[in-house]
Amino acid sequence: MASYAGELSTQVAPAVRVKSLHRSFNEAGGVLNGLDLDIAPGEFVALLGRSGSGKSTLLRSLAGLDRGVAGTGVIEVPEKVSVVFQDSRLLPWKRVLDNVTLGLRADDASDRGRQALAEVGLAGREKAWPHELSGGEQQRASLARSLVRDPQLLLADEPFGALDALTRIRMHTLLRKLCEVHQPAVLLVTHDVDEAIVLADRVIVLDGGVVRHDARVELDGRRSQADPAFARLRARLLTELGVEDDHDAAPARHLDPASERAAS
Amino acid sequence: MTTLTGNPSAPTRSLAEAEDVRPTRRRLGPGEPIRFGGLFGIVVLLTAWVVGSATGLLDPRTLTEPWTVLQTAGTLIENGRLQESLVTSGIRAALGLGLGVLVGTVLAVISGLSRVGESLIDGPIQVKRSIPTLALIPLLILWLGIGEPMKVITIALAVFVPIYIHTHNGLRTIEGRYAELAETLGVSRSEFVRHVVLPGAMPGFLLGLRFAVTSSLLALVVVEVINATSGIGHMITLASNYGQTDIIVVGLVVYALLGVTADAVVRLIERKALSWRRTLAS
Repeated sequence: MASYAGELSTQVAPAVRVKSLHRSFNEAGGVLNGLDLDIAPGEFVALLGRSGSGKSTLLRSLAGLDRGVAGTGVIEVPEKVSVVFQDSRLLPWKRVLDNVTLGLRADDASDRGRQALAEVGLAGREKAWPHELSGGEQQRASLARSLVRDPQLLLADEPFGALDALTRIRMHTLLRKLCEVHQPAVLLVTHDVDEAIVLADRVIVLDGGVVRHDARVELDGRRSQADPAFARLRARLLTELGVEDDHDAAPARHLDPASERAAS
Repeated sequence: MTTLTGNPSAPTRSLAEAEDVRPTRRRLGPGEPIRFGGLFGIVVLLTAWVVGSATGLLDPRTLTEPWTVLQTAGTLIENGRLQESLVTSGIRAALGLGLGVLVGTVLAVISGLSRVGESLIDGPIQVKRSIPTLALIPLLILWLGIGEPMKVITIALAVFVPIYIHTHNGLRTIEGRYAELAETLGVSRSEFVRHVVLPGAMPGFLLGLRFAVTSSLLALVVVEVINATSGIGHMITLASNYGQTDIIVVGLVVYALLGVTADAVVRLIERKALSWRRTLAS
């Protein structure tokens, strides 16, 4: 709603401020129950949570897409907000460049579109139809469409959820690079704990419609899954999500019945 | 084992003699398509006409000889009657088609984009759809006389229904996620209509257009046969009064050519406008 550009306290004012946010789809119970959340400018926040924990509801309310959903609370977001959806959502009847510059009101819209496409590694594909691109390329084009608008806040709803594992790793690298260049505040909804740790400055676990866990990712440099700190954070987040860690535990469980039998 | 003993001699054999033993089943499906098979039936019919006329099996009063038809066509072109009729009919059909397409599209967009529009427009059109347009002609004659406006409006009335139905359907089947995307990109309503709604409804619109072209020609024939003083239909009606089957056949051929041409034009538009889909299909 409010833009902070004119305020003196620009440096400390958060990019996103959410206060006691309630949202409910029916009488039975709320999806969000008094959620509070601040996101600093340029901060990358990953939002984890089980299905039905209200991740997408929060993201949609920040994007202003939850018309008609009952609720109360205060949401302050920057003026320029871009959304990346799980599907690339490119208009099939527009060429890639026209998709990227759709609704962009600037004299140099097409130049900026080209530049954005080059940034995501799609230079030369401006004239392609969306269906001619692979899944990863489509999602890159949709990233370009978001970034060409210079967003102060980037909302991403499981943007890599439909991609294969290898493409996903490549997209992680690309997204981190792009965020370093453009410095938007980011709220990334995901259910992939590793993805959250690799990408984010801060990981938030949502449960029962409130923030249940708020962890800063303090891993320097390249974030490797081999790093013990990575593994600790991962285990903690999985516990918060109510998932018993992990692959290591599996063999032990297999042994249990045998040992029980031996004991009896 | 037996195949093994046969093997040493196999490389020396030429390819044509190479063994090809396999179980076969009797074919039940229609089999391979025939090249230019579509034209075959037409050629048979034309041949029957020529042979029938030449042997006298076909009475010229029932159906004129093909060569007479060609001659008559030549004469009609020479004295300019055919072109004149064709232009009159063509303009009528084009005006009616244009008016109907415009009205149908505008109504479909209004009805597709606003709930108020839908509740006002959709009901009456569904009612109109159940009344054959040609049944409205007596009323239209009372209101508009028997001049050109009546003819053009009859054609337009026949045209706008398929355009409306298919465009409206095309609009409604545009996925909501594209509207959501447009909202997040902050596009204006007019940009939304131009970049999302109209291209998204284009496949439906073009399907409607193909139906509309057929409807317009049907309505054209009827309004021209009922009470016209010019046009192909008028030419045919006159010829019917004087028993000139040759002129009737020429008129029918012209109608056929109009129909085929119009359909070809729509298909050309379809190929251009839906190139984003064509590449998908191929």
